[in-house]
Amino acid sequence: MEKMVNVYFFGKKYSVPADLTIMTAMEYAGYTLKRGCGCRHGFCGACATIYRIKGKNELKTCLACQTQVEEGMYVASIPFFPTDKRTYDISEIKPDQRIMMELYPEIYSCIGCNACTKACTQDLNVMQYIAYAQRGEFEKCAEESFDCVGCGCCSVRCPAGISHPMVGLLARRLTGKYIAPKAEHLEKRVEEIHSGAYDEMIEQIMQKPITEMQELYNNREIEE
Amino acid sequence: MYTPYPESMMESVRKVEATREARMAAEPRRLTAEEKDNLLKEFHPDYREEAFEEIKVGPNKGQKANKELVHLLHSNSRLLNSKTNLGNPDYDVDVLVIGGGGAGASCAIEAHNAGADVMIVTKLRIGDANTMMAEGGIQAADKENDSPVQHYLDAFGGGHFAAKPELVKRLVMEAPDAIKWLNELGVEFDKEEDGRMITTHGGGTSRKRMHAAKDYSGAEIMRTLRDEVLNRQIPVVEFTSAVELIKDDKGQVAGAVLLNMETGDYSVARAKTVVLATGGAGRMHYQGFPTSNHYGATADGLIMGYRAGARLLYQDSIQYHPTGAVYPSQLLGALVTEKVRSLGAQLVNAEGEAYIHPLETRDVNASGVIRECQEGRGVEVPGGQKGVWLDTPMIEMIGGEGTIEARIPAMFRMYMKYGIDMRKVPILIYPTLHYQNGGVEIEADGFTKAIPNLLVAGEAVGGIHGRNRLMGNSLLDIIVFGRNAGKAAAAKAKDITLGTMTLEHIEKYAEELAAANATEEGVSPLLLPKYARHESAVE
Repeated sequence: MEKMVNVYFFGKKYSVPADLTIMTAMEYAGYTLKRGCGCRHGFCGACATIYRIKGKNELKTCLACQTQVEEGMYVASIPFFPTDKRTYDISEIKPDQRIMMELYPEIYSCIGCNACTKACTQDLNVMQYIAYAQRGEFEKCAEESFDCVGCGCCSVRCPAGISHPMVGLLARRLTGKYIAPKAEHLEKRVEEIHSGAYDEMIEQIMQKPITEMQELYNNREIEE
Repeated sequence: MYTPYPESMMESVRKVEATREARMAAEPRRLTAEEKDNLLKEFHPDYREEAFEEIKVGPNKGQKANKELVHLLHSNSRLLNSKTNLGNPDYDVDVLVIGGGGAGASCAIEAHNAGADVMIVTKLRIGDANTMMAEGGIQAADKENDSPVQHYLDAFGGGHFAAKPELVKRLVMEAPDAIKWLNELGVEFDKEEDGRMITTHGGGTSRKRMHAAKDYSGAEIMRTLRDEVLNRQIPVVEFTSAVELIKDDKGQVAGAVLLNMETGDYSVARAKTVVLATGGAGRMHYQGFPTSNHYGATADGLIMGYRAGARLLYQDSIQYHPTGAVYPSQLLGALVTEKVRSLGAQLVNAEGEAYIHPLETRDVNASGVIRECQEGRGVEVPGGQKGVWLDTPMIEMIGGEGTIEARIPAMFRMYMKYGIDMRKVPILIYPTLHYQNGGVEIEADGFTKAIPNLLVAGEAVGGIHGRNRLMGNSLLDIIVFGRNAGKAAAAKAKDITLGTMTLEHIEKYAEELAAANATEEGVSPLLLPKYARHESAVE
């Protein structure tokens, strides 16, 4: 027979197959999910979940779609968390330290408790990327925060009220737009296309009969 | 020895290890055109006749589609006989965008740029979309040895010469501009130190034109677009699904009826132009396949558009991504990005043979995996599922130690959660339902032919990719056609005067279904799959 475990969804006990994830176990228990369910494969951060194992006092955070159920798991999904996104015009701001001070001044109230890092469902060093943001080291902040899925578990646990995913996102946009060097070949190709350099060739290939296209396709050279 | 798999699987792993060195030395040959055709006909799910049914009403009457889609097309609207009051719209905008994925967000940004009053409605949250989950990358011919014409040839040939030329032209000609636009919004592409884009192959590409942001390419694009939508304070109505298009007495679309997913309350949005950006259909689980798609991928736009009179194109063509996870069971159907093969991992059967070139097009490689499994060269996992190996340790042997963590961190993390270190052992895969090749037919400008102010963008469109889409052309298409739809919808809205709003078309559709004796139980669009155990048809 299938191995079962006892779990508690919002305090109510259910017996579920041991090989399910928290998300599929909730569905097994009968829930039709609306909140707390998005991509189901660990990329969107919709299913931020907080749990504790019976008999232990440590609170853990996870993504429900990426975490297998365990015996005695007390589970509460977080349907929404009011992270605080500040608005700005990306073409107006500049990648200097002042911008963090203006948009996310609370990062300077970080008390260094590291609860954000412990809460991260992606095992990122969250406190470290906030430290980079404080110092205006946006490139480092971008790299350290890159795998963030924005589930918000860090912010839930933060005593300083920091919205960490939003800080990382700002650093990445600043890095992508202003700090990373421009791709000259890209700029050049865009100009060539706009100047009409490919217009004739593209019209020609569009007009070719299928048999000729097949010939071209099947014999095209493939870059090593 | 490191043994993360049960002994029955480890036996095969040892065979894979034994042949690795020899396989590294010799790249598997590419199949001929004829070999590919035969493989597809024999093993691709699109050729399984018993899985298809005929559509009995509407513009595609007489054509076929997967049974699950036909069932929804033959179901009635949840608003039939409901006497919805259209008289006092709750929202009144120029441009209504239905869907909050990459196409919807790009569309809204461009419509906003053009000065239109634009609003997004989405049944989950903005960004809960297949875009967020796209891992591998986005194509654009921007290198010196490449050109939009070469990109055209790859896309058109890879799609079996079935795509609409005017759509492929837009796709490839506007690709470099799409990358530039994203980069200027702050998307961090993988670059060399001098700024050159790091580009790789995808299945079926003849030039290395796959741009990526590690293996979070779609997530990086989606979170940037979402941030931009929010910065512009474009209204986003979340957890609210469009359930039917509204038309007017002139035959134009005039908005949509919306359902609050949490309260069950209906509301009405009036709009001068409407953009369907509702995405794909993986959660329909065609032919019982697992899927790599997000929770809301249920073909809603196809149903709403069809009922309003828009034609579908290639609705019978589905992409099964060759490499979906099979083991452990918690990951069943999860996408293993094609980039794993771009970086050098081979497809290897239970006997340790690299039975095919790893970068054939997706439909060919998917058919190959199915063949190996059906003919007894697959690896069985506890529970009976079968799969073949993706030989990931090769990546580190080719690219050097650390390549996996640096280039495909999401894949590494996903497997490590279950104690499988893909640097040391191969991973087991089987095709997963990944992409809806077909959808609502559009003209080059993004409009549907039947309804002059209805546009479609993104995965809900049919015709851009023919009958098979190449890796990296979907992230591209949502940006190119999303942006175009936004510009076109904003411009068109200026010329539209709406008449009296009506839902008569859903009654007419019901009558047609009844006359064809085709009416099926239930209502559509589906909105969400039925996964709760007591509701699930599967269990």
